[in-house]
Amino acid sequence: MSEAVVEIHDLHKSFGSLEVLKGIDFSVAPGEVVCLIGSSGSGKSTLLRCINLLEKPDKGVIRVFGEDILSIRNVDRYRANVGMCFQQFNLFKNMNVLKNCMIAQEKVLKRSSKEAEEKAMFFLKKVGMEAFANADPSRISGGQKQRVAIARALCMDPDLMLFDEPTSALDPEMVKEVLEVMKQLAVDGLTMIVVTHEMGFARQAADRVVFMDKGVIEEEGSPEEIFTNPKSARTREFLQHFIND
Amino acid sequence: MESSFLGQILDILKRYWPSLALGIQNTLIISLSGTLIGLCIGLIVGGIRAIRLDYTASPAAVFGKKVLDRLGKIYIDVFRGTPMMVQAVFLYYALLNVVHWNKLTAAIFVISVNTGAYMAEIIRSGIQAVDIGQTEASRSLGMSNIQTMMNVVLPQAVRNAFPAIGNEFIVNIKDSSVLMIISIADLMFQAKSIAGSTFQFTATYGITAAIYFILTSIASLILNSIERKMNASSTSFPQSDTDPSNMVLATENAGEEHYE
Ligand SMILES: Nc1ncnc2c1ncn2[C@@H]1O[C@H](COP(=O)(O)OP(=O)(O)O)[C@@H](O)[C@H]1O
Ligand SMILES: [Mg+2]
Repeated sequence: MSEAVVEIHDLHKSFGSLEVLKGIDFSVAPGEVVCLIGSSGSGKSTLLRCINLLEKPDKGVIRVFGEDILSIRNVDRYRANVGMCFQQFNLFKNMNVLKNCMIAQEKVLKRSSKEAEEKAMFFLKKVGMEAFANADPSRISGGQKQRVAIARALCMDPDLMLFDEPTSALDPEMVKEVLEVMKQLAVDGLTMIVVTHEMGFARQAADRVVFMDKGVIEEEGSPEEIFTNPKSARTREFLQHFIND
Repeated sequence: MESSFLGQILDILKRYWPSLALGIQNTLIISLSGTLIGLCIGLIVGGIRAIRLDYTASPAAVFGKKVLDRLGKIYIDVFRGTPMMVQAVFLYYALLNVVHWNKLTAAIFVISVNTGAYMAEIIRSGIQAVDIGQTEASRSLGMSNIQTMMNVVLPQAVRNAFPAIGNEFIVNIKDSSVLMIISIADLMFQAKSIAGSTFQFTATYGITAAIYFILTSIASLILNSIERKMNASSTSFPQSDTDPSNMVLATENAGEEHYE
């Protein structure tokens, strides 16, 4: 039996009096690509942020590779193993593209700068950004920024990648270049949890689609099940908005 | 009258230029080192104050941070809330028997800790102006609080705050004049002794004002040019990358690679 990469039981999270996650049970198998969909405010980002401990859950259990992450001591070491890509890219503004991909390798994994640079160039090449290694982040397009952000995360050799609406801040013509990179990662067998509104991507690349609504998982299943034959009325209603995809 | 005032000025310059030169030198030494040491103090105090510990921090770190925050706040409030002239006499005499320091050291010490209090607030607000996403990205890559501060947040904060930091230098050139209270031979002190022996107060202090004005003007020209250079360097990078055709090409290549 292969152990789940992520196992979540009865996860609760409130901000003040606002309960955002109301008991989430959720797991991800090795190599699985899970797309989290749901309307804005349903708690998708909060769930992702709990998984890499940017938010502290109030109650529940999160096990990643069998380890209870809510009681681990070296959070930095844990986070280094879980890549995260943000809607706003968040490339370090005080470093060029290459340095963005090297800094954490050097500081966290203690790699030599030669080793870090080789790794960085390898992944920049993978996302088609090697020609921009010396570019300043302010001088590249949104799609290029997100590809660099993906390369930066991959440089840490993560066993799990989290994507929080990686294409939502992009102009339409740039969405594809980022999704193509992510599809390639899926093919490569990386375990990924992707919050997205790109239903086309979810349909093609996801092994499983999870629909979140108001802090609970309303329905989950294969893309086929969710998109062609949703059981829940809420899921159906939500997907109505994407009928044209 | 007109020509005799000019005559007085020329006379003073001719007779007293060595002591004016010494005064200028000391004023520049005090204000420049005060600004640099103050910046270092500000980076440490402001940096610590701006760190936001998340729940993953150890209880010891939380406690230590609380203590340091409290001390930092007291330091900033006291030094910003009292006149530097008073700080100078108080610290000079209070510590004289302990450290037996010379006046120049004392002057640099006072202006440094005074500037540090202002710098701490400049750095702190510079840090708070850095997008929280920068911190989250850094933490999500496994970098610690300190590593994030040193490598990601502080460099951006310093760059953003550069105009305010430079302004502290200009302020120090002027405000170091109050340090003559401890008889340090800065420009103001020299002016006072020249005026005391010539009894030509207007001419002497006119010269002194003009010199201060020239010093601050040169300093602000230099600071402006540094700022322009910094801004230019942040938006330029090697030729091959700025070539727009290159960008399009790379994007297309990336696409092609994955379509197949
Ligand atoms: N740090 C926070 N403080 C207070 N409220 C928050 C915070 N983060 C998120 N929320 C609230 O939690 C709810 C869910 O947010 P989020 O997880 O970002 O949803 P989604 O990603 O599905 O749009 C929203 O109502 C949002 O306003
Ligand atoms: Mg969100």
